Amino acid sequence: MARPLDAEALPAQAPAAPAAGAQGGAARRWWRRFARNRGAVLGLAVFVAIVVMALFADVLAPHDPLAQGVGPANEAPSWEHWAGTDSFGRDMLSRIIYGARIALVVGVVAVLLAMVVGVTLGLVAGYYGGAVDAVIMRVMDGLFAFPIIILAIAMMAVMGFGVRNVIIAVAVGFIAPFARVTRADVLAVKEEPYIEAARLAGVSRPAIIARHVLPNVAAPIIVQAALRVSGAIITESGLSFLGLGPPPPTPVWGSMIAEGRNFIVMAPHISTIPGIALMVTIVGLNLLGDGLRDTLDPRLRR
Amino acid sequence: MVRFFLSRIGQTFAVLFTVSVIVFALMRMIPGDPVLMMLGDDFTQEAYQRLRAKLGFDRSLVTQYAIWLQAILRGDLGTSYLNHEHVSVLVWDAFLPTLSLVVASMLVGILVAVPSGIVAAMRRDSAWDWGSMGFAIFVYSMPSFWKGIVLIWIFSVHLRWFPAVGYVHPWENFWEGTWRLVLPAITLGTFFSGLVARIIRSSLLEVLDQDYIKAARARGVRRAALVYRHALANALIPVVTVIGLQFGTLLGGAVLTETVFGIPGMGRLTVAAILNRDYAIVQGAILVGVLAVVIVNLAVDLTYAFLNPRIRVA
Repeated sequence: MARPLDAEALPAQAPAAPAAGAQGGAARRWWRRFARNRGAVLGLAVFVAIVVMALFADVLAPHDPLAQGVGPANEAPSWEHWAGTDSFGRDMLSRIIYGARIALVVGVVAVLLAMVVGVTLGLVAGYYGGAVDAVIMRVMDGLFAFPIIILAIAMMAVMGFGVRNVIIAVAVGFIAPFARVTRADVLAVKEEPYIEAARLAGVSRPAIIARHVLPNVAAPIIVQAALRVSGAIITESGLSFLGLGPPPPTPVWGSMIAEGRNFIVMAPHISTIPGIALMVTIVGLNLLGDGLRDTLDPRLRR
Repeated sequence: MVRFFLSRIGQTFAVLFTVSVIVFALMRMIPGDPVLMMLGDDFTQEAYQRLRAKLGFDRSLVTQYAIWLQAILRGDLGTSYLNHEHVSVLVWDAFLPTLSLVVASMLVGILVAVPSGIVAAMRRDSAWDWGSMGFAIFVYSMPSFWKGIVLIWIFSVHLRWFPAVGYVHPWENFWEGTWRLVLPAITLGTFFSGLVARIIRSSLLEVLDQDYIKAARARGVRRAALVYRHALANALIPVVTVIGLQFGTLLGGAVLTETVFGIPGMGRLTVAAILNRDYAIVQGAILVGVLAVVIVNLAVDLTYAFLNPRIRVA
């Protein structure tokens, strides 16, 4: 986790194209700041645990998440089934472990998708300005007016169900924030002397944007991405909870919570335990995002 | 001031225009022919052409948009495909419960957030600070639909203090209505309080660091008076903006919360309409929801301008 972030965050901290040695130093300094932030380290630990859970789901899960009748239906947690069983007698722990996959894939891919689209729009709007800027940003204003979950619901209505569509539906809501953050920083960076120098040296506009502007606005974008993953996962769970997510019997935390609602009196574990998994993930990602913001974003550094 | 108001209102119309184009485009992207859906299984080619012309689908997209927009500006959101009720009536009936949930949640959120944010800022880095900020992250990170189920499990199933589901308008039967709103409002309001408490803390810390506060402290003003009489009013100004910006998030959260508590609001209406492919309702609900968000944002911005003299003068 730490490595790729260092490399990309660096240019923003030292825009004057630092030598390789200086880069190593800045990365180490960043890591020391990050390691001192207790919440951030806790968040990183949770995130790593969830990633491990998702990657090695087939090894870690004691049962097939789709197999029915591996135990009696609606059984409370026991030594046999640590998180109990659901109304089909499926092993809840296995379903929760596999559920981490959907949550992570949807959360991370949706944010990456939104980031690529939003950052591109923000770069173009900020650098070119004028009518291009006006048109792009008015569309972003319109998108921004939609509450994210409502936009996602509308997108699901248009596109129909399935994991791929959930990713797109969640991503659409996060495009506008990325475009806004990127544009604001591009406007500031655009006036820097080194951009002027590149322009005078005859570098083409797309090349200036890609090679000189983008690296210098990367840090706030990375922070923004880290902060948004939890929101994307919450949105996906919300869609799944409403029955608009990946179709059953896919093990998804949101739909597991929804299924358990009917058994809240006799088998409360069916709703509560997947919710704990979801909540721990969100708390972890929020702590990690806050930590990255506090240690990476140069404007916030004290 | 007048110029600020006018430009802000102009921006709002621009946003509403974009929103209307987005919603129109979304509704046209839905696979399937709406004319076929309205006609059912048994129809003649002539009837098909007649309805198509009547709905304006044989004209250009721009004309279609203009016809569509005209109808919406008249307040005509169309009729439900299924039971032919007016969408505007259905949406209005569903909007009121959602709105009362959002307002009740804001009240709960502010009641929790203001004291915990102030305590956290006044005793920075103390156990109080860690405790209330930890609580803030915790409630902020709990998905509202799950929190609602846990609250039902504790307070309805076990303690039997509150009804698990159901809704009554608080203005029709105050006690009954309020009673039924308590759990849903705690569910959504604590989420909101987590967010607001963090903003109040950082905003208050920033204000407490300013020169006029230092001067007051040098004059020997007591710490409590410093916070309540000198700092708080200024610290709360940015909070107003956050409350406005979060209205949309709250509305989205209400959609999920009301599903848990069986409140017949916008969320239930929209989701049922999606599953029934009743797109006139989906479109109407989304338009009204976004309109509410945009209007609240405008109102908050204008209030903010009143509160903040730096903008008022400019």
